[in-house]
Amino acid sequence: MATRLASVPVAETYKVHARLDGVTRIYPPRAGHGEVHALGPLSLDLRAGEFLSVVGPSGCGKSTLLDVLAGLAVPSAGTVEFEGKRVLGEVPDGVGVVFQEDASFPWLSVEDNVAFGLRRAGMDAAETRRRVDFAVGFMGLKDFRRAYPSQLSGGMRQRVCIARTLVLQPRLILLDEPFGALDQQTRLLMGDELLRLWRETGATVLLITHALDEANLLSDRIGVMAARPGRFIDIVGTGWPRDRDSRLAERPDFGAVTARLWSYLRGESLKALQGSSPPLGGEAR
Amino acid sequence: MISKATIIRTVVLVGAVAALEVACRTGAIQPALVIAPSAMVKALAETLQSDDFGGHVQQTLSAVAIAMTLAIVGGFAIGFVLHWIPFLRRAFNPFLAAYYAIPHFAFYPLLIVIFGLGPAPLIVLATLFAMVAMIVATMAGLDRVPRVLLKTARIHRLSLMQEIWRIRLPAAAPHILSGLKLAVAYSFIGVIAGEFILSTSGIGHEIAYAYDNFDNPRMYALILFVLGIVTTFNMLVWTWERRLARRRGMAS
Amino acid sequence: MTLSLRSLRSLRDPILVAIGLVTLWQVLHQIAGDSAVTAPAPTLAHLWEMVGQARFLPHLRETGLAFLQALAISCIGGVLVGVVLGGHRLTGEVAEPILVGLYSVPKITLYPVILLLFGLGMPAKVAFGALHGIIPVVLFTMNAVRNVNRTYLRAGRAMRLTPAQTAWHILVPATLPEIFSGLRIGFSLTLLGTMLGELFASQRGLGFLLMTAIDLHDVKTILAIAVLISAFAVLANAALLAIDRRLHRGATPEAEKT
Repeated sequence: MATRLASVPVAETYKVHARLDGVTRIYPPRAGHGEVHALGPLSLDLRAGEFLSVVGPSGCGKSTLLDVLAGLAVPSAGTVEFEGKRVLGEVPDGVGVVFQEDASFPWLSVEDNVAFGLRRAGMDAAETRRRVDFAVGFMGLKDFRRAYPSQLSGGMRQRVCIARTLVLQPRLILLDEPFGALDQQTRLLMGDELLRLWRETGATVLLITHALDEANLLSDRIGVMAARPGRFIDIVGTGWPRDRDSRLAERPDFGAVTARLWSYLRGESLKALQGSSPPLGGEAR
Repeated sequence: MISKATIIRTVVLVGAVAALEVACRTGAIQPALVIAPSAMVKALAETLQSDDFGGHVQQTLSAVAIAMTLAIVGGFAIGFVLHWIPFLRRAFNPFLAAYYAIPHFAFYPLLIVIFGLGPAPLIVLATLFAMVAMIVATMAGLDRVPRVLLKTARIHRLSLMQEIWRIRLPAAAPHILSGLKLAVAYSFIGVIAGEFILSTSGIGHEIAYAYDNFDNPRMYALILFVLGIVTTFNMLVWTWERRLARRRGMAS
Repeated sequence: MTLSLRSLRSLRDPILVAIGLVTLWQVLHQIAGDSAVTAPAPTLAHLWEMVGQARFLPHLRETGLAFLQALAISCIGGVLVGVVLGGHRLTGEVAEPILVGLYSVPKITLYPVILLLFGLGMPAKVAFGALHGIIPVVLFTMNAVRNVNRTYLRAGRAMRLTPAQTAWHILVPATLPEIFSGLRIGFSLTLLGTMLGELFASQRGLGFLLMTAIDLHDVKTILAIAVLISAFAVLANAALLAIDRRLHRGATPEAEKT
């Protein structure tokens, strides 16, 4: 392939790509309720080049975990490291994030959206063009280069956001329920594309999701979180081959993994349902 | 493509004008009340050529232009500052909420006493009237910038200035534009209403003067002129807004 | 206990603003002097004295009556027209741009026409006030009716409601919050229109008193009347806004968003 997406396969450089050590996150008291212990203490070694998913009942702090790892939120205690360096309230170079909410810029065309980060970083025009061409092609957006996000479906808009992250050649890609708003069929296809992207970039991927099948299908390992305060009950290894796609669901042992995840989560989900504590870190409109 | 509603609307408006024409020509409506539309147009053509007309138009339009500029620039700046300083905003919020409930023209006499009878009180009045719409719209726009876009700004490690210029302002633009639209309309209303009640010149005053002197042709000609020019101007702003919206693919 | 604390807190902001405005007024007075801005205390004393005088009452009644009649026309007429325009899509689409255009035009230019049609006096003031107030009521009602969630109507049909039951139990509660927002704005604009009408070619009413005071350069009276009208407008608006917020049950009324 003429253009590589990642400059160096991360697995060759690092063994532990990112590390959470004893991380907690406590929200200060607000009107209506006291302080909320949202997360941890929680530790996790993210291996270089792996695809790790995090599942858990709603409101268990999955998104808080991602925010802390990305440097978008500061942990109340504990440390976060990325490529051996502390993450301190700022997003480190080499980390890309895709959100559940539509984060495409409605005032920019698809190609300007994708080029956004490169232009801010002062990349020269020729290289910008080359990378945008590649990412737009890779994400199947060729025919929509000049379209504006409002002219696209939700799935296509999410592709724009992924392409916008991709051009920056992230070594760690964090995805916060990126397909949460999409229908099941679209989700499956987007999952296949995500796997292709992961294989071809060699990047480390952390995916937050609430869909057990999706986590099972995509991941090398799946972290199962307990209801608030969120921490890992177990980390389940799937053992799927690296070269996989959504047809994995046809395998007889596929259902066993999902069933195991559910056996962990049924009780936790019931707790979350009855506790009916409002999810934190969500969108305020 | 022209929608069915547009065709019907045009037919209704043309029909109404034609009906008025017929009613006036046949004497069903006395010329002392309303003159025929054709007579209005004829009177307008004559008025446009009269010597003093240009001066009045110039005075009115320059007052509107100044008020509009002050209201838009000042309103944007104030809205921006109030958005960033929660303390100031809490202090001003009740005031802003009640602002358009006050019949501000009650204070117009006071402005005359303070600023005299020149164009200054008119401009102040129109600016005060138009500015608050711009302030409220600017704040509303900045308030509603989706949180996920601000997170995206942090992921791209934008500086504060970049974040404002590249994310917040474009995201707030639709609200700010609708504030601008109101500011334009309100500037016209403020100036012309002020001229009408308490001024010795300007188009608003000329209408009142023609009414006092039973000069119906000139009065209707001037009314037609004002409605025409204001509607044209408002439509230009609307078209511009819609063009911008459509470029974003958000045309409603 | 908590309730009274909360209501105290909700009163704090308006009180602070009132104190701020009176302070600003005093400062303006210090800068501009008695010939331009009279001081707050004497002006309010003057207002109190004026309201007590027998010759003031007919003017107050004239303005009040004109306003109430115009308000009745704005509200009743506006809601009726709005329901029709909202219920019949095509009629609504035909009328909306005309209404919006009329809304953003200086309506004062049409006042001479109204004076010619209705003659000097009460009817012209009422008509002019109603002309200002009715448009927002129509527009808000139209949008409220248009935007009724179709699922509510389907739910009503699934529960086999009669048309009357659907209207009373679904359409009215679904549209009321937005319609009320329109009525609140209509209230303010009707007051504005009525006052504007009195400022020009009028022989009675608060507006007439204002114009007379200008001729006499009676700043104290100008300010006193302006304060009286503003206080009425602000208090009435606050009461309506409180109801508006309750109807929207915490959601921001559409009217406040723009």
